[in-house]
Amino acid sequence: MSNIAAALRASLPVMFGYIPLGMAFGILFQDLGYPWYFAAVMAVFVFAGAAQFMAIGLLAAHAGLLEVAVSTLALNSRHIFFGLSLISRYRCRGVKKLYLIFGLTDETYSLITSTPAPSVGDVSTYYLAITALNQGYWVAGCILGALLGRTLELDTRGMEFALTALFLVLLLEQWNKVRDPFPFLLAAICGVAALVLFKAQMLLVSITVTLALLMLRRQLGERRT
Amino acid sequence: MSDTTYLVLVILVMTAATFLTRALPFMLLRGRADHPLLAFLGRYTPAAIMTILVIYTLGAVDFGAPPHGAPELIAACITLLAHLLWRHTLLSIFSGTACYMYAIQSGLLL
Repeated sequence: MSNIAAALRASLPVMFGYIPLGMAFGILFQDLGYPWYFAAVMAVFVFAGAAQFMAIGLLAAHAGLLEVAVSTLALNSRHIFFGLSLISRYRCRGVKKLYLIFGLTDETYSLITSTPAPSVGDVSTYYLAITALNQGYWVAGCILGALLGRTLELDTRGMEFALTALFLVLLLEQWNKVRDPFPFLLAAICGVAALVLFKAQMLLVSITVTLALLMLRRQLGERRT
Repeated sequence: MSDTTYLVLVILVMTAATFLTRALPFMLLRGRADHPLLAFLGRYTPAAIMTILVIYTLGAVDFGAPPHGAPELIAACITLLAHLLWRHTLLSIFSGTACYMYAIQSGLLL
């Protein structure tokens, strides 16, 4: 199977998550009164689901640009950890690497770290195809939502569960790779605690604390041996 | 400032801020890809992130009020069970999502 066919297959679940979510964004965006193509411009250039939903509120409130910058940085700072764990994987150079970094959403990160890349051919083609397909689904969803708005009769309620299901499946795949309960249990405890205590910053808090504790355990383990 | 100018500026700021968060580690750690700590993070971060993303996507579920998260829990169990049985990613995700959509659209468990 070629790299692109494999990427298409691996990314299909993301399509079922991104299209309804992108449409939800497009519908809300259209309610602000801007022309539809700006929803597409946002999906092409910003390409960040949670941040785009946050932008709806900021745009409606006419928030200052500094507030926009700080809120986006805060919301997306979890991506720093994605990059940290991909440095040794993203070996290609130039525009290709820039695009891989640009398109590093939660779902792209999940597929790249947890699905097996085809053993033949250049692995960076597989990574690029995953990233570009995911962005294609997202752009398509945003445009559909902004163009069709509320006229659409199709009932997509619940389709976004595809993303939860995708993360669950990739969690099992990670278990097959890692076979050490500690990181999973630690992340589960930190995740639930952060959800209860810091709802708005749940992702950033839980990822930071989990990785800090994992590294602490590594340090302690090294000292003992 | 016109509405369109404001929107374009917001998009520019968000594009730059999002790209910065994604590019920062690559810029700071250029040429250190072989550091053992990065190999450690590369091994364990995905496991932690998948766990956290599952919890995050279920974060809006209200377990205190009926149906007590039943559609989500049942659909999650079906997804996991299908994956343990057949280990076919698409099949697992479709079966879980189809059950979930049916449950909430039909109001079966509400």
